[in-house]
Amino acid sequence: MKNNKSITINGNQFSFRPEDTILEVAQRNGIFIPTLCHLKGTTPTGACRVCMVEVKGARSLVASCAAPAMDGMDVQTESSDVIRSRKLTISLLLSSGHHDCLLCPATGDCVLQQLAYRYKVSGTQFEASNARYPLENVNPFIIRDFSKCVLCGRCVQACNDIQVNNAIDLGYRGSAAKVVTAGDRSLKDSDCVFCGECIQACPVGALYPKDALNKPRYGETQKIRTTCSYCGVGCQMHLHVKDNLVQKVTGVDTAPNNGSLCVKGRFGYDFIASKDRLTTPLIRKKGKFCDASWDEALTLVAKKFTQIQKKHGSDSIGVLTSARITNEDNYIAQKFTRAILKTNNIDHCARL
Amino acid sequence: MTNPIVDIEKAKVILVIGSNTTENHPVISSYIKRAVKFKGAKLIVIDPRKIKLTLFSEKWLRPLPGTNVAWINGLIHVIIKEKLFDAEFIKKRTIDFDKLEKSIEKFTPDYVESITGIKKEDLIEVARLYAQAKPGTILYCMGITQHTSGTDNVKSLANLAMLCGNLGIEGGGVNPLRGQNNVQGACDMGGLPNVFTGYQAVTDPNIKTRIEKTWNVKGLSIKPGLTATEMIPAAGEGHIKSLYIMGENPLVSDPDITHVEKCFKALDFLVVQDIFITETAQMADVILPATCFAEKEGTFTNTERRVQRVRKAVHAPGKALGDWEIICRLSTHMGVPLTYQNSREIMDEIAMVTPSYRGITYERLETENLHWPCPDLKHPGTPVLHKDTFPHGKGVFHGIDYIPSTEKTNKTYPLLLTTGRVLYHYHTGTMTMQTQGLNEMSPECFIEITPEDAGTYNIMDGEMIQITSKRGSVQAIAKFSPKAVNGTVFMPFHFAKAAANKLTSTKLDPVSKIPELKVCAVKLNRIKIDA
Ligand code: SF4
Ligand code: SF4
Ligand code: SF4
Ligand code: FES
Repeated sequence: MKNNKSITINGNQFSFRPEDTILEVAQRNGIFIPTLCHLKGTTPTGACRVCMVEVKGARSLVASCAAPAMDGMDVQTESSDVIRSRKLTISLLLSSGHHDCLLCPATGDCVLQQLAYRYKVSGTQFEASNARYPLENVNPFIIRDFSKCVLCGRCVQACNDIQVNNAIDLGYRGSAAKVVTAGDRSLKDSDCVFCGECIQACPVGALYPKDALNKPRYGETQKIRTTCSYCGVGCQMHLHVKDNLVQKVTGVDTAPNNGSLCVKGRFGYDFIASKDRLTTPLIRKKGKFCDASWDEALTLVAKKFTQIQKKHGSDSIGVLTSARITNEDNYIAQKFTRAILKTNNIDHCARL
Repeated sequence: MTNPIVDIEKAKVILVIGSNTTENHPVISSYIKRAVKFKGAKLIVIDPRKIKLTLFSEKWLRPLPGTNVAWINGLIHVIIKEKLFDAEFIKKRTIDFDKLEKSIEKFTPDYVESITGIKKEDLIEVARLYAQAKPGTILYCMGITQHTSGTDNVKSLANLAMLCGNLGIEGGGVNPLRGQNNVQGACDMGGLPNVFTGYQAVTDPNIKTRIEKTWNVKGLSIKPGLTATEMIPAAGEGHIKSLYIMGENPLVSDPDITHVEKCFKALDFLVVQDIFITETAQMADVILPATCFAEKEGTFTNTERRVQRVRKAVHAPGKALGDWEIICRLSTHMGVPLTYQNSREIMDEIAMVTPSYRGITYERLETENLHWPCPDLKHPGTPVLHKDTFPHGKGVFHGIDYIPSTEKTNKTYPLLLTTGRVLYHYHTGTMTMQTQGLNEMSPECFIEITPEDAGTYNIMDGEMIQITSKRGSVQAIAKFSPKAVNGTVFMPFHFAKAAANKLTSTKLDPVSKIPELKVCAVKLNRIKIDA
């Protein structure tokens, strides 16, 4: 069946699905429309006005993230009216707080900064207003810098509509507006479980991990995709690495977690570089552990296993492999147990 | 899991049993909460504790710990009596329905109430909710398996799902949520005493011969080995002389750890391979330093059978080596060289010997999401199991009787203790306790109790108290909690200093050999302070 319905964007015709917004058609066809408040997987709120486009015949500009695509629509994404409006929106956002990019941990990874650069808005057009609310850092994981908050509401949607922890909401009115917890208490005394979904959703530097100010910023680190090593959900994550250290962890927008992580996956990575890590084989000599070379340690283990095998039979040795290590590790563990130790005494702690 | 995680949002009714999902599998809990909040799914929580998910649930049932088979049979009873089952599914896809019918005959709502404490009206309501909204998914965790009747519990849940035709369809299924990252993979890879990779029985002579050929060895044992929970006592009795333990910390995670310690002491030779000097490693003769997930290449298989890549991001500290590399070197020292260039080569061998992994390669994992079974390179993987057929053709109903737990409260030990995890820590805490923020959120062991129970024993909120079972005694801070219910207390097992597993029982499920960690009779005492 042929679908005759089409929409024109910047002079080119595209077909669309019934539930598509203008933004979705554009994104699918590689046409850039800037967005700030729009959060994938949630209902558009139309709060930021950055994604405005011109639709022929419409009385005013239209928020493309919320407007459904319709047959015969003729859309311009970068007309002079659109650009004028966008510049104004951006400069109002810049003047709404204290956007000092030089000292902001989000530099390089900030949508507002990218927009300012793209549309050449310097941020001096309006005077920066003074921060109304002080920075909050009385919890172990998250800093909330209200002076940088552009009230886009993405964190609120991340918390309520994605993680459904319902810890934060938009509170107060007009110029007093603020993202608040119930009773406007600190995160530590709220329903927050420190999943950090809000940090990942924040398009600017208003929410960031507590240690971010002492860490390299975006662009200085290398991202390596891997799988969380805690629970069986197997969330996909990026380890952000510099100087052989994991500096930050973020969720990858793919199955099974679609960008989400929990507090352990996002913040529980200090163990990797812990000083307590084992760095050498150890052999107990007269009740004390002594450093040993691999050769020494493995010669001893090999000798003991062989002796015990000979003296007491193959089934006198047991191996506990682990639900923590990789498939490849487990495969080799059972192959070794069965083929070399010649016993089926192998198990792990799935039962526990 | 028979079904993928995304299926949760396709379900009309969700049964969560013995899983404190918001703390143990937080990202899966978001799927459940979204299904309720945005998709109109009905959530039924069945748990002795008033866990957070009850805030989202249509019904919360609170069975007495250890009575799962009874209420599941009760649900089945109601569904059969009210003819709410899926007759067509039963006819086409299953056998032995009559056996099930017979076995549940006596589990009337009244009888079930007398065993489980679940009100009969509630039982009937839940039976109707589950049977009348399709698809329905069942999610369960350790609360179901960590009982002496664990295997029965799981079979009972399969009965329930088959009865309503909730297997082999999107949004349905019977879905165990695995606690540790690679429990699924460790089982798939043959890290079990009775099977090679892909659950191929060690007792099958054909399989044995085939594997001997691939591995180029002779004389593989066809005698199933001992389980972890059998090996440790066998060490105590002198049958096991040496243990090689990798990445495990039984001295905190296993039941009755005073006994475990005794057994380890009886060993001739203990080797521990880990990333930290754990409580278990401290007893070793040799400790071998291993790498952690961020330092190695490989794969984990998650709870929905999806095989996913692990990639090296940083270099290992000092001389630490990957687990498989250490084992290969050890093998070489024993005179049988095992050599692999890299983990990819091992995966290729896994694919060769494992029918359900045959189509899985590192190349494909770069761009594809593969759930096993994935029998060949063209196969897209199998997110939903049992679509057209069960492993043995038809699904078999099992008549399962309720066997009361042997661990009972009495005058001396009047309270039931259940153990579990908290959001901010993981397993025995060796990893999470390295992050200061996680320690701040959850600094020490506690015991959750209702203010009423606390009143009975004169205990105050925040007071250090002594908890004693037949097997041992520990101290923890009393915490009044809305999650607790009268007669039952809860402790997390992460903390070595106040190891809940000093109290727990080693009694094993006869088939799965899972110890009864979930039920344990205890008494509480205030600690006398000598002034
Ligand atoms: S960390 Fe998670 S729970 Fe806390 S406010 Fe952010 S999204 Fe909500
Ligand atoms: S904190 Fe960030 S995400 Fe939340 S409203 Fe402010 S700018 Fe938007
Ligand atoms: S991030 Fe949290 S939910 Fe996801 S796999 Fe890791 S521990 Fe599990
Ligand atoms: S992105 Fe459309 S209004 Fe903000």
